[in-house]
Parts: sequence; C-alpha cells; structure tokens
Amino acid sequence: MYKYDEYDQRTVDERVTQFADQTARYLAGELSDDEYRPLRRQNGLYIQRHAPMLRIAIPYGNLCPAQLRMLGHIARTYDRGYGHFSTRQNVQFNWPNLEDVPEILGLLATVQMHAIQTSGNCIRNVTADPFAGVAADEHIDPRPWCEIVRQWSTSHPEFSFLPRKFKIAINGAAQDRAIIRVHDIGLDLVRGPDGDTGFRVLVGGGLGRTPIIGEEISPFVPWQQILNYCEAILRVYNLHGRRDNLHKARIKILVKSVGVAEFARQVDAEFVHTRDGLSTLTQAEIDRVADRFNDPVLPELPAEDAGYAAQLAANKAFANWVKRNVRAHKAPGYVSVVLSLKKIGAAPGDISADQFDAVADLADQYAFGEVRSTHEQNLVLASVRQADLFALWETARSLGLATPNIGLLTDMIVCPGADFCALANARSIPIAHAIQDRFDDLDYLHDIGEIELNISGCMNACAHHHVGHIGVLGVDKSGEEWYQVMLGGDQGNQAVLGKVIGPSLAAADLPDVISTLINTYLDCRHEEERFIDTVHRVGIESFKTRVYVERDARLEGRKRPDAPNH
Amino acid sequence: MPQIIKNGRIQGDEWKVLRGVGNDAAATMAVPAGRVIVPLAVWQAQRPQLASSAEAGMLGVWLTGDTDLAALADDLMALPLIAVDFPRFTDGRGYSIATQLRTRYGYAGELRAIGDVLCDQFSFMIRCGFSTLQPCEERYNRVQIDAALTRPGDFSGPFPRNRRGTR
Repeated sequence: MYKYDEYDQRTVDERVTQFADQTARYLAGELSDDEYRPLRRQNGLYIQRHAPMLRIAIPYGNLCPAQLRMLGHIARTYDRGYGHFSTRQNVQFNWPNLEDVPEILGLLATVQMHAIQTSGNCIRNVTADPFAGVAADEHIDPRPWCEIVRQWSTSHPEFSFLPRKFKIAINGAAQDRAIIRVHDIGLDLVRGPDGDTGFRVLVGGGLGRTPIIGEEISPFVPWQQILNYCEAILRVYNLHGRRDNLHKARIKILVKSVGVAEFARQVDAEFVHTRDGLSTLTQAEIDRVADRFNDPVLPELPAEDAGYAAQLAANKAFANWVKRNVRAHKAPGYVSVVLSLKKIGAAPGDISADQFDAVADLADQYAFGEVRSTHEQNLVLASVRQADLFALWETARSLGLATPNIGLLTDMIVCPGADFCALANARSIPIAHAIQDRFDDLDYLHDIGEIELNISGCMNACAHHHVGHIGVLGVDKSGEEWYQVMLGGDQGNQAVLGKVIGPSLAAADLPDVISTLINTYLDCRHEEERFIDTVHRVGIESFKTRVYVERDARLEGRKRPDAPNH
Repeated sequence: MPQIIKNGRIQGDEWKVLRGVGNDAAATMAVPAGRVIVPLAVWQAQRPQLASSAEAGMLGVWLTGDTDLAALADDLMALPLIAVDFPRFTDGRGYSIATQLRTRYGYAGELRAIGDVLCDQFSFMIRCGFSTLQPCEERYNRVQIDAALTRPGDFSGPFPRNRRGTR
C-alpha cells in the first residue's frame, strides 16, 4: 500500500492544524455557521441527527493494520465502539463531539490518514476496484493512478468550490468493480494501439435525484495528459455548472442539458490550452508514486495446495464460504478473501472496535498487511495463501466476519438511513433487518444465488439503489415511511438503471415483496440463470404484477381476520 | 481607504470599486476621478472616454463569474488591473477565471479578488494567480487579518501539486 512521503505528511499535518484553528474560531464565534460549513465539510464533518458525523477517507479503499487499529481506537475512545463503512469505501463515525474532531484528525495523521474532501463541493475521495493489484482479470493496476489523482485533487485551488460534489472512479480490470459509469468522471485504464497506457474517459454519470449513466467523452487520453484533461472537464463544469439550484448542480445535468457532443467540444476547446500544462505527468512522477506502494513480495507457490483441496472436500461449511467469499488472485496459490460485514442482525457495513483490531491481526497474520474496503461495504484481504484459508476461516468465523453470503441476498448495500442521517426520508437499517430475518436460511440463500439488493433511505442514493438488481428507496408520504421498489438495475460493464415497479409499499410489506420477487424468479429461471438475467429475459412486468396481486391479497386477508391462512 | 492584501501584507489602497449598474446605465454612469475599477459593462460602453485613463494606469475592470473570456481577452490584456468578483465565497467560478487569465491568456497585470473574499480562502486565491485580495468590507478587524496572514497552512507559498507543477 502507498506510503506517504514528506510532502504527503506535511499536507495532512497542515490541514489538521488549519482545521483545529478554524474550529476554534467557529467555537469562539469568529466564523459564522455559513462560513464554517464548507470548511468542516471539506474535512469530512457533517452535522447529523444525533451528533456530528465524521467521514474518514480511505483512498481507493486501501488500508493497513496500523490504520485499522487506529480506527478501532477512535471507535472506542470517541464514538460508541463501532464505525460504519460507506458505499464509497470510506469509514464513518456517528457519535464524535465536534470539539474532539481536531484531536481525532491529529491521531489519523499519525497513521497517514485524513478526512480531507470526504464531503463538500470539491473533488471527493477517489474510488477503485477493491481487488486492484491482485485481481486475475486486471490489465493495468489502477492504484498509482488513483494516488496521483488523490495528490492532484487535494486542496486543488481552482476546484475547491465547485457547483456540487465531484466523484472520480478508476478501473483497470476486464470487469469494472468501481461502477465508473455512475461517477462524475469514470476513468477506464486502456492500452492504446502501441500498447501504451491511456484512459477511456466517461463523464456525467451519477445516481441521486436524477440517475444517469455516464457517457464516453474520449476513447483514449494518453496517461501524460490525464490530469490536464480532467482539469479541462472540471473547468468547463466549474464555470458553467448550475449554481442556482442545488438539485441541478451536478455535472451530469450540465452534460445532459448541452448534450455530450457539445460538452466534449467545450472540453476539447479547453484541453487545447491545458494540454502539456502544469499537471502533465512524467514517467519519473509515475515511478515516484508507484515505487512507494511497496507491494508485498509473494513467495512462489504451486497453483494448487493439496491440504486446501482436502479441507474443501471434507468440510461443507468451509467449502460454502470459499465459494461465496473467496476470489481468484493473479498469483498461483493465492486468493483474495472477502470478510463479510453483513452478519444477520448487524447493520450492513458496521464494524466494532474489536473487529477493527481483529481484522488488523488477520491481515498481519495471513494477508501481508493488505486490507481493502469495498463499495458493497465489506472488507477484502488482498493476498492470502490457499494453505492458510482454513485457519483464516476458523478465526474469521469466531469474529463474526465469515458469513458466507458475499453476492447473495443478505449481502445488501444499505445506507445509514433515518436512524442516523439528517437527509434521509425513511429508515433503511430496520428494513434490512426484516429482510435478513426472512432470509436467514443459508441453503435457501445459496439456492437463490447471486443477487444484489440495495436499500437507500432517500433519493440521494448512497446505497446505489438504481444499480441494484433490486433497489429499495425510502420515501416520505405525509410523515410516514414508504418504500419504492426498483428492478433490473446492474453495476459493472453493463451498468444499467433499474425501473420502478409501481406505487410505493409499506415497510411491513417489504419482506413479503422481496419474497414475491424471489419466488417469481425461482419459478421462471433457467438452469444456472442469475436473478438479474431472468429479470432481463422475462421483463419486469410479471414480477410487478405478482408483487401487487399478492400484496392486495395480503391486505384483503388482514381485513378479514377469520379468513383462512394461506 | 480600503485595505488590501498584497505580498502577504495588509495595506491601504487607492483603487475604488465602482459597483453594480444595469447594462442600460453603463453608458451614462459617471466614472469618478482617481484610480477606479469599473464594471465590464461600463468599460465596454465608455471605452473611447476611458481608454486614456486605462493607458495611464488609472483604470481597472472587474469581471463576474459568467464573463466570456474567449470573446474579451484581447481587449483586457492591456489593462493595469483586472478584478474578479466573488458574489458569495462559495461561488468558485472566480478561481477558474483567474486561472484562465494567468495561464491561457498570459495576463501579467494586477489580478485582484473582490467581493465575498474571506480569509479562509486567501491561499486558494493566491494559488490561482490573484496578486491582490480585497477582503470582504468590515468583515474583519486588523487583529483577525494579521492572524490570517501568519496562520500555518495559509500563505505558506505555492503548494506542491503533482510535485513539479507549482504555481
């Protein structure tokens, strides 16, 4: 993982000092609420329902054991003993005191962490494939490019007061795992005709109130020019993005209103002048960053470990976990392991202080100290020997981190919702719990197979409900919590937005609604066909019809208490 | 006398900013004597009368965030002073206007930030090429300004961006 140099450390240290001073001036009444708001947001601090919420950056999801232990310490000392992984690979604490935040930031700086630009109308924390550098299907490692974007965008003087937030994601694998098509800028690492590295650039994607799939604005920008090209995009946006209406201020609205062709023309006109400019990258610069990643040297291993094969054959629970939670690695004899933060009964993405420490220990013992957070709110141990898997599984199981449900229905993406978030219209965690309770049979979950269920508590779409196979959106109807259900969304290379199936549904109905959707799938599916593929093959109509027919039948049944139970 | 920040110090300044007029009044608006920063519309409407004053270094022009620099840049390059107005400190268009004036059009004269100019944004403004800053009027006392100018993290010079690309 990337190790700071003196400039990186100084930047973070200076930001801590600066924020401590800003907060002191705010508390002394020298800064108004309006003046302090963007300053605290650019240090990740929101004022929330119960207390401030501090969002800490995990650049492109990379974490080391010392950082995990510090997060555990912060959870224990300044919060209520737990933290929460967000859908942008960051970590959030929901209960710190405002007065303690400068001290927390100071502690984070000692382990090369910060909360810079995790909120506010600026370039946010860059996200990437959690399997970057180890994935079997990767052609170019995105991490050095992510780090360069992080350094370039940190305290960028021109782009710190944009019309609205700005998110960049980078992919370098055959299968996109960073949902680059729903980011303000999506960068896809590609090889040019001569084998040289460059970027296919997508622009104007995003979810929220107006979900839009990003469009290609350039098929190939040479790596030397990528920051200059991004500056051209950002400058056009900064000057022409709407500032009169918060809900129409994202770049996607600008791109839609002028059309992607005209937007591309404006960017190209600007790029003529930014090309070869101050942000031009050199090989020395790339090497400087890449060399600081210090990837572990993985001893050579045979492709198959005999003991591991025997353990797989002998232990069904272990084999199930491997099937769901283990991924292919580019090096023979190694795998990547997903630790599930989706245990039944837990809030998805939540992690206790003790678990922070325990994951650090697991990483030290089994994973060469490399941990990643995922946008699905789980953790990844990037490189694990096949031979160590069984021991790792046994320990992870005792820690509640080995639920074999990755990619299954209970591996839901869920935002904090109205239990914590001041923006939310409805709660999302209780809905997740009700669905977890309904689908607590592992054999049944495995039979249903791969499915993505994303639950957002409001249209800001933190849980990316538009790209869930099933998306659930909390809405407020005259003070009551209702839920809109979407079907057919997908992430990855074929990212597509789901469609609303009909009128919103009551919270109490949701487990039954999910059951209806699953039953419809089970009735219609071809052999080995995933839920989403069945939905796309048969269309959402039959799912939709059955949801409302069965819902109405339940309502009717409730009205006639003597009616026979069915 | 208005106070401005120049070369990291607060100092008195003779320039007067001539504030808002609708387009129709631009042609008839009286431009006072002395060093004056006029709205772009006044410069465009009264250019024949104002040109000698500009040549003498006594006239500057202030721009809004929606100024189309591509159409105007040639006209502005000879001015001794260009100001960029920040209607609200959260309106960041001025940073791009300043950057374009310096890097794309090569403007070498005095570039001044006016309007809602707050001390927590000083360093961003300097790094985008502003040479003078006129803090929001009556917003700060002298002690606060002095503190802002010595505060760590502000005015510590151009920060490494991409390690080589400093400005």
